[in-house]
Amino acid sequence: MADVNRGNRPLSPHLSIYRPQLTSITSILTRITGNALLLAALLIVWWFLAAATSPEYFAVADGLITSWFGDLVMLLSLWALWYHTLAGVRHLIWDNAIGLEIETAEKLGWAVIIGSLVLTVLTVVII
Amino acid sequence: MRYLTDRKRASGMGSAKSGVAHFWAMKVSSVALLLLIPLFVFTFGPMLGAPHADVVAYFARPFPAIVAALTIVVGFMHFKDGVQVLIEDYVHGLAQKVLIILMICLSYAAAATGLFAIARIAL
Repeated sequence: MADVNRGNRPLSPHLSIYRPQLTSITSILTRITGNALLLAALLIVWWFLAAATSPEYFAVADGLITSWFGDLVMLLSLWALWYHTLAGVRHLIWDNAIGLEIETAEKLGWAVIIGSLVLTVLTVVII
Repeated sequence: MRYLTDRKRASGMGSAKSGVAHFWAMKVSSVALLLLIPLFVFTFGPMLGAPHADVVAYFARPFPAIVAALTIVVGFMHFKDGVQVLIEDYVHGLAQKVLIILMICLSYAAAATGLFAIARIAL
């Protein structure tokens, strides 16, 4: 054990070698959407703080969030929110060691992608 | 002859400390958010862009106020745990610890700010 090679061992294949697969893409999207939601969450907290402060301050915050840029951030965040929610459901299912077969996992992946788009459109129509 | 039970021999070793505490915390907050997120989207959504007086009157009602407060608090606690894993995967050394501390502080600060704002509107 004394002369074990610790620094120069071959590495297992990395992202640059693997072909992108539905399961890997939906997995990394779960992480990206979840963390990117910080921006919208902070904007919403700011919006509430402005509403609690004064009508003038509210006009500033509400104006920014409903501007074309704010609308874009909110629309993308709405999709991110539904995507991350459905992907979370998928993880709650997987936690029971159910649905881990490649075929089922890919079906669940498509369900998350299509479901999140449908929910986003539905939400925009309803609101 | 072993005087210790298998459980005693394992407890405190390796991941037999608080190995699943983080996982469990995220699981609990994720299930809570599964209920809260749809409620929040359809209460907060229509108020976005509404006149100030309407917004204040709406969030003075118990249900929208409680849903918004819970979503912000549980959401940021879920984010705090999630972003920690993100940082642990890609950032190492001192920068990792600094970033994790900063994000945890930011999460508590945002949750407190949201709670304060909603309490001020509602009360």
